[in-house]
Amino acid sequence: MDEREYAAIRKLLGESPAFIQGDVACAYGAVLAGCRFFAGYPITPATETSESMASLMPRVGGTYIQMEDEIASIAAVIGASWAGQKAMTTTSGPGFSLMQENIGYACMTETPCVIVDVQRSGPSTGQPTEPAQGDMMQSRWGSHGDYELIALVPHSVQECLDLVIEAFNLAERFRVPVIVLTDAEVGHMREKTVIPEFKDLHLVERERPTVPRESYVPFGGGAAAVPPMGFFGLGYRTYVTGLTHTEKGLPATSSAAEHTKLVSRLCEKIRQASDALVKVEERYLDGAEYAVVSYGVTSRVALNAVRLLRRRKKKVGYLRLIGLWPFPEARLAQLGKQVKGLLVPEMNLGQIVHPVREAVAGKCRVAQLPKIGGAIHTPAEIAEAVDKLMTGSRR
Amino acid sequence: MFKKAERIRQYLRSEMLPSIFCSGCGNGNVLNYTLRAIDELRIDIDKVVFISGIGCSSRLPGYIDADGLHTTHGRAIAFATGVKTANPELTVIIFTGDGDCAGIGGNHLIHAARRNVDLTVIEMNNYNYGMTGGQLSPTTPTEGRTTTSPFGNLEEPFDLAALVVGAGAPFVARWPMGYPYETVETIKRGIEKKGFSFIEILTPCPTGYTPERGLKTSRQIWDWYKQNTLLASKYRQLSDEERASEDRMLIGVLQDVDKREFTAEWAKLVTQFTASGEK
Amino acid sequence: MRTEIQLAGFGGQGIVLSGLILGEAAILDGLNAVQTQSYGPESRGGAARSDVIISNMGIDYPKVVSPNVLVTLSQPAYDKYHSLISEKGLLIVDADLVESEASALRVPFSKLADELGRRIVANVIMLGTLAKVSECVSRESLERAVLRNIPKGTEELNLKALAAGFGSS
Repeated sequence: MDEREYAAIRKLLGESPAFIQGDVACAYGAVLAGCRFFAGYPITPATETSESMASLMPRVGGTYIQMEDEIASIAAVIGASWAGQKAMTTTSGPGFSLMQENIGYACMTETPCVIVDVQRSGPSTGQPTEPAQGDMMQSRWGSHGDYELIALVPHSVQECLDLVIEAFNLAERFRVPVIVLTDAEVGHMREKTVIPEFKDLHLVERERPTVPRESYVPFGGGAAAVPPMGFFGLGYRTYVTGLTHTEKGLPATSSAAEHTKLVSRLCEKIRQASDALVKVEERYLDGAEYAVVSYGVTSRVALNAVRLLRRRKKKVGYLRLIGLWPFPEARLAQLGKQVKGLLVPEMNLGQIVHPVREAVAGKCRVAQLPKIGGAIHTPAEIAEAVDKLMTGSRR
Repeated sequence: MFKKAERIRQYLRSEMLPSIFCSGCGNGNVLNYTLRAIDELRIDIDKVVFISGIGCSSRLPGYIDADGLHTTHGRAIAFATGVKTANPELTVIIFTGDGDCAGIGGNHLIHAARRNVDLTVIEMNNYNYGMTGGQLSPTTPTEGRTTTSPFGNLEEPFDLAALVVGAGAPFVARWPMGYPYETVETIKRGIEKKGFSFIEILTPCPTGYTPERGLKTSRQIWDWYKQNTLLASKYRQLSDEERASEDRMLIGVLQDVDKREFTAEWAKLVTQFTASGEK
Repeated sequence: MRTEIQLAGFGGQGIVLSGLILGEAAILDGLNAVQTQSYGPESRGGAARSDVIISNMGIDYPKVVSPNVLVTLSQPAYDKYHSLISEKGLLIVDADLVESEASALRVPFSKLADELGRRIVANVIMLGTLAKVSECVSRESLERAVLRNIPKGTEELNLKALAAGFGSS
């Protein structure tokens, strides 16, 4: 993006700081990141992002298309990415479920794309206008087979903007779908949002091949490699398939060796980049004997609760997950050795508490604090749960 | 004498041959016709993208030395919509089958026709799900016996050409085997048409399903097509009485009208905003 | 500093819009603000609530715990929330629609709006009163925020409504 393009976008987005909803901030982030293709389907509470993009895309020379369902939306996004565009869609739980097959396809074909899931209370139609954090595991395991992807969890409207930009950068760098998990609370709240200046905008573009067609290896390059992307129209005649394929992209379904090589590389390229991908926010962990591990909107309540407890002289710290997948196992393992107990409050019946427990491997107690029904936790609820954990009461 | 065949051969991805197609399969013919059409139109192959779903017909892009997108079952048209609208300079051709585009893909088919994005869909109709072993499909004739209708199909099949016309497509055609030159011409017209072109080709699947018991050879199947189809141009010449008793499937170009096309309309919208020189 | 403002009433009374405007005004004043809302599916009737937190620092918990300013524009809203108000909190009610304790600041927003010719601006009058008494946002920023969020052509009416709110207590 050059300064002229940036200036035109700034004019469209208006004054900074803005006072906008999380959903709208996602659209702002996308446009700033260079997203020029959006396909979506209306669903509460994500619709505001689609509406913003419908208005912004034509004005920046991009494409907006409302598809007939969520399956078609993610399909169109993947197609657009192969046509050379940075592409995004947004949805909520039921739509996210529909997209899973094609998300797996995007992983298998190493297609950069961004999917925002504005979580709402489920299962099924559930409570369409109420927030929840019920899709955390689905974002990792929702499709069939073995794959790795990246997921980020904003906790504020500012982060909706910033992390969507980061999502595009990671998608382009690792050639993988990146899921951004917000929720009805963060999606619909309004907060002060600073629009980054041109000098602060750092964008990543997908690497294109530089070799001639005969030497181009579209799906190989080493055990954890991210191959350059010879997308359509560049003359590389790339064959993209969801079938198990060789490094040249040709189907190889009868070969256990090719399958193992391919799927291992798809996973390793993410796992080996863990250090670059781990994002956590830590506060008050020096000397902490207990800590609250949280993410998304719940982390704001947790921070308030931790501060409350610290005013009462309790040695409680705070760890917030921003990069969710790949899961920051090493950091959690370290923390587990330091503290006596961890509390994991979630707006679900317990999802991320499981990888926390696994990472901690018994080194400290891990308690969950589930809450469903739509209301976010209160600071008092979290503080009380930490107290219980500290006094050793079960659950 | 075989200069033309040699020319066409150059479009093939030789490492992928021989194909997986059974003896007597019509998909090979469709591949041939399509490549001839592209060659005769002198289209730059590096600006063509072949997109497909899942099934035997969807294997076609793999045999062509060009950009190809072999997607998920039923979704080729949705992926193609993304490719074309993101880069309208690409010529997008979709290979699909009756099950892929009218069963699981039915919704995407009718919406793409309605939306009228400039795509060319070549649908190979063999009246069954061939790759998975010959199950009932949305185009299997009533009473047809397949592995999932062992006592005869109780349902009515789609007339896909009629469906797509009804959904709003500006160019719809149907050809069986036995009309190679007409089919190549139709494919050329479909590609050149700025809009959603749907070309159904009735393709034999001797392994999976034959439209009548006892049909064994390609010759027999091709003859069956000839006996059970009628050129649309001939149909138009029939009297009302003759038409009333006519139940053969119509073939030829069945629809050719001009309509507003999506990418052109979108470009107009964008121009409104960028005309002021912002970009 | 953390000021918690809660607005509650029926759907259609502009509860959510008012919260939005307050938050925007706070941003224009160079402060931090978070605004959240909840409402039922009905466009009219049903319960509506908007929480606005204003602070000169980061805001963690985004909801009202114990409002410093509570505005209830309907009886059910008053009944539900008035006991949660903080010790020195300010309680504002629409005098025409709500029966309340005498300690509340009772202003006839609906009647004043009718006098201006449009009942729909009652919430803007309320915002003027709220800002005047609580001083949580400046008048100038509130005016700018109101002007940004109303339909074109209604600027004069809304500024009159705001002025009425500032003058009415």
